Amino acid sequence: MSGINQFLMQLINGLNIGSIYALIALGYTMVYGIAKLINFAHGDIIMVGAYVSLLCLNTGMPWFLACIVTIVVCAVFGVVMEKLAYKPLRKASRISLLITAIGVSYLLENAFQLIFSANPKPYPGFITLPNIKLGSISIAANYYVTFIVSVVLMVVLNLFIQKTNVGKAMRAVSEDEGAARLMGINVDNTISLTFAIGSALAAIAGILYSNCYSPINPFMGSLPGIKAFIAAVLGGIGSIPGAVLGGFILGMIETMVKAYISSQLLDSIVFTILILMLALKPSGILGKSVKEKV
Amino acid sequence: MNQKFKKQLLTDVLTVVIGYVVLTVLMRTGVINDYIKGILLMACINIVLTVSLNITSGFLGELALGHAGFMAVGAYASALFSKSIGLIPAVEFPVAILIGGFAALIAGYIVSIPALRLKGDYLAIITLAAGEIIRNILKNLDIIGGTKGYTGIPGYTTFAWAYFVAVICIFASKSLIQSRHGRSIISIREDEIAAEASGVDTNRYKIIGFIFSAFFAGVGGALYAHYLRFLQPGIFTLNKSIEILVMVVLGGMGSIRGSVISAVILTVLPELLRGFSDYRMLVYSLALIIMMLAKHSDKLKLLLGKLQPAALRKETGHE
Repeated sequence: MSGINQFLMQLINGLNIGSIYALIALGYTMVYGIAKLINFAHGDIIMVGAYVSLLCLNTGMPWFLACIVTIVVCAVFGVVMEKLAYKPLRKASRISLLITAIGVSYLLENAFQLIFSANPKPYPGFITLPNIKLGSISIAANYYVTFIVSVVLMVVLNLFIQKTNVGKAMRAVSEDEGAARLMGINVDNTISLTFAIGSALAAIAGILYSNCYSPINPFMGSLPGIKAFIAAVLGGIGSIPGAVLGGFILGMIETMVKAYISSQLLDSIVFTILILMLALKPSGILGKSVKEKV
Repeated sequence: MNQKFKKQLLTDVLTVVIGYVVLTVLMRTGVINDYIKGILLMACINIVLTVSLNITSGFLGELALGHAGFMAVGAYASALFSKSIGLIPAVEFPVAILIGGFAALIAGYIVSIPALRLKGDYLAIITLAAGEIIRNILKNLDIIGGTKGYTGIPGYTTFAWAYFVAVICIFASKSLIQSRHGRSIISIREDEIAAEASGVDTNRYKIIGFIFSAFFAGVGGALYAHYLRFLQPGIFTLNKSIEILVMVVLGGMGSIRGSVISAVILTVLPELLRGFSDYRMLVYSLALIIMMLAKHSDKLKLLLGKLQPAALRKETGHE
């Protein structure tokens, strides 16, 4: 019986970390779909979100206000990042864009390290709902709140992209930027909006992540960032349902490996999955494979 | 043509020898103290690492983020060899260096198999993943110390070794790039489809670029291991790869001379500016962004053109 209980606990852990990965992966996938850029700095937006919300909470702001401020700050941050660092390079080679993205990521990490020092800071968790009891196991509030918030956001995002005009514009730009421009779509604004939405999602992920895994430090975003990227690749980069699916699959794999195989070799196993996936099916589970045009 | 080549070779050899003689004389007379000597030695190791990374990132045109991983393979393999076998140093060290190089070469070959199917962003991610896997495995291998570190490596690396290995690396890279094979490698960077259509075996040359780069990363690692005499998986993080990448980018991608200059500058400068060591990575990351922006923005190009000509030089294979 306890074996099953343990398995169920691991399942819940997997859903928890998986939903955070999925939220981050959504940002990755949207930005990649539109700007054709692996935004290495995306993971660091989580960290920015965590610190901004910590600052807000420390001033005594109520939690919902702190969340709103954090989301707005991160969204603006994402747009500024895009305008300053990525927009001038839109026509540049991929390698230049990648190097810039790495530069932005390191800039954020080191700037925050200078401002807040490298010491981890305790994060005052504000999710204080009661635990849910399911049979013999109880689920902490952090866990189900994270899961519910993520799923709701994913559904809303999917509706937004499928049903609204702006969402349609986003899909058009990601399909063919030039043609979209000819159709009268404001490509620059659409790309900025994509960065804003992606960063806002990362901010929420940052808040949820810090609630589950206090304390926070300036480098907290890089590993979840890379993992979320793996999730996006796993699901098929550029595909929104793919990012969600990839996030949950990766979260599950991670917790199960940690629990039943080896926690030391965890990163090796996750990265090997990435390499195998890229080598065998680069388009991912739900991605479309695109033939290269000459 | 041949005459020109001979003349070039003669001046190169002369530069190397004179450079070495001058430096040794300065060291013997005490003008260069042990502290500066150590920095120069590190600069030579960084030259090896930077020039080798430039082969993949500059000439082949694929961003490789796993250089520190290959360096780690070379460092650990050579250290394991020289620690467990007791030959005279003059025989043992070159063998250890070669073992380090070939161990990294094999690792590079393994990574290049999945990498061949991909390019651009995905290739960068695969190399990043490979570097992390290598580090993760090293962390869990107890015979080489695991996370605690690997101690008691003989300190064979002298300035002369580092200097001449760096020279060999530079000459090997130069010869590779100037050869038919080198032109094939550059053609892949310029236009892979056109290269393939012109009969270049792109897969083969990608592998050559990869393993060449990995080999010298391993050699650099071997020098590093026998200089520090202590290894830890924590040394070879992504940060280290990025540090080397910064040197490549700052020196100019696709410029061996630039790599050499920037490797020396970026080794010496942080030592001179010890008080600013907190800001080092911050400055590096800013440098990366500004270099990339400058390359693609005419205004910045004009502004920076006066300051840093080497870095803004167009990415060309001519050296």
